[in-house]
Amino acid sequence: MDSALLLELSINGACTGMMYALVAAGIVLIYKTSGVANLAQGALAMTGAYVAWIASTLVGLPMWIGAPLAALVMFGVGALIERLAMRRMIGQPLIMAIMLTMGLEIMLRGVMPGLLGGTVKKIDIGIPNAPIIAGDILINRTLLIGGGVSFAMIVASILFFNSRLGVVMRAVSDDQTASWSVGIRVERAIAVAWGLSAVMATTAGLLWGATQGVDWSLSLLLVKALAIAILGGLDSLPGVLIAGVAVGVIESLATGIIDPVIGGGSREVVASAIILATLLVRPHGLLGREHIERV
Amino acid sequence: MFYRRAGIRHTSYRSERRLWPLPFDRGLVAAVVVLLLVAPLVVERLYLIGYLMPWIIWSTAALGLNFLMGGAGQIHLGYGAIIAIGAYASTHLARAGVPFEIAALGGGLASAVIGSAFGATALRVKGLYLAMATLAMQSVVDFLITHVPWISGGGQATLTVPPARFLGADLRVDLAAYYVALSVCAVVTLFVLNVGRSSFGRALAAVREKDYAAAVIGVDPFRYKLLAFWVSSFIGGVAGAVLAFCYYRAISPDQFHLDLSIQLVAMVIVGGLGSVLGPFFGAALILFAPILLNQAVGALAAAFGLGISADLRAHLPLVLYGALIMGFLLAEPLGLAKIYDNVRKYFLVWPFRHAPR
Repeated sequence: MDSALLLELSINGACTGMMYALVAAGIVLIYKTSGVANLAQGALAMTGAYVAWIASTLVGLPMWIGAPLAALVMFGVGALIERLAMRRMIGQPLIMAIMLTMGLEIMLRGVMPGLLGGTVKKIDIGIPNAPIIAGDILINRTLLIGGGVSFAMIVASILFFNSRLGVVMRAVSDDQTASWSVGIRVERAIAVAWGLSAVMATTAGLLWGATQGVDWSLSLLLVKALAIAILGGLDSLPGVLIAGVAVGVIESLATGIIDPVIGGGSREVVASAIILATLLVRPHGLLGREHIERV
Repeated sequence: MFYRRAGIRHTSYRSERRLWPLPFDRGLVAAVVVLLLVAPLVVERLYLIGYLMPWIIWSTAALGLNFLMGGAGQIHLGYGAIIAIGAYASTHLARAGVPFEIAALGGGLASAVIGSAFGATALRVKGLYLAMATLAMQSVVDFLITHVPWISGGGQATLTVPPARFLGADLRVDLAAYYVALSVCAVVTLFVLNVGRSSFGRALAAVREKDYAAAVIGVDPFRYKLLAFWVSSFIGGVAGAVLAFCYYRAISPDQFHLDLSIQLVAMVIVGGLGSVLGPFFGAALILFAPILLNQAVGALAAAFGLGISADLRAHLPLVLYGALIMGFLLAEPLGLAKIYDNVRKYFLVWPFRHAPR
């Protein structure tokens, strides 16, 4: 095992991890504000990619209009999900809210390919395929750009928490009842969180759609995103950055080193193993707040 | 009217605490049992194999999952893996020459041991985290079964279930297989019904409502959660053995993927969390609604000359599962069993709107 290969796997893995982390950031955003883990985040990414495909291929808009349009539409979809479904789960047991997002995931996974056809759709966001060659190392250009965009978006969302709306959302995540009593519109803050995380999901869906094509398998991003969100701490956006790189590098190394030994498939199980290990050793994740419960 | 309560006097605690205190309920249960016993002699083989068998086996599995989700309040998104462990363990035992009666119990035990080992790690966390831990367990078990040739028989192999007998009856005969599945289902149903009346069931209910509060009144939450995982996984394992021996007769890893877990969760939620009747309703709806819908769509397409794409029809079941889960959670969180209960309550005091005080 030479060091150049290791370095190549690590760099490409870190970029992939960043792109996973963008999906995870959406989960964290919703969890921070409303305390619900959104199991439909993968399906939202898939839906976003499909919407962008509709705008660019079916309608024929250029990508620089189609992509922001898709993000805008998905912001509405996210806010609508909160308004029509999640808001009615307030006060119900947590298991109900989680199952509701699970139901949404299953439904979206059927609706989009069902209506638009199950074959893989190509979307082109204008990144050339040729890899970047630096010395002995080949770096996948799509992954590098995708990782950079994802990193920028996550950092932007961290900075967003310093704005006025961000402070409102921090207050909501801290204590919903107290926020209500000082006149914060809690529901609207949660709706904005859903909208923003749908936008993040759309961006991630676009980036992944550009690398592997758009089909239902985009919704499988959910498992990787959950692994990152849990490893980083479900209520910590900086944790997502660290965990994203960690999960991406571990996965890439596992695929590069273990797969030749056992004959493939370790990519699928790395994320699950990380989830289990995190819950076993440090359930609240690397940077998450430890949850203290009262009767 | 139907469920007449007037004139029924209990003269002992024993009679008041029976499973079905009302004569009508007892009659209904007896009628359903007789119907299920007679059914295979009356209906065609197609309906027996295509509808009755899966309904009974899936109901058994859903009862096991509902015991955990509705009874103890622990979310489990990897129940398909539990069933897979039961199916594979019992098949391997039977291939080693163990009779089916013991192999099925062995499958249940294997599921219970592995399921509660995962449970023990997962129980450090709860709610949300438990959901993810069980989701992770599903893919780890899937991975192990697929990638260890010793378990799956290698790669994409299908493992044939050896011919087996249950108390002398050949399980390759559909009639015998049906009655075995039915009796396993009956035993599980009676067990779940009676647990609700025992101290174990009440302890589980306390843990479900609030585990810290349960600890305060002297119920050890960890112990009871683990017990719930154990019992539920055991039921799942036995259901897996029945599934392998009486229904599939040849098993491969892709029969037990995440889709199976999702199906079972949908059955439990649509049927009604925590109800014994629920899994039967839920299994019926989740298993047969896609078939009926597909036929209806096909008929509509033929009648009106609409071209409905194969893609859409292939994805209809998923859309339906999702829509059913969401619809029931939003409109009737306690599921079909609650709807039945509402009807029953209405007829309890019919023709009055409510019981006189």
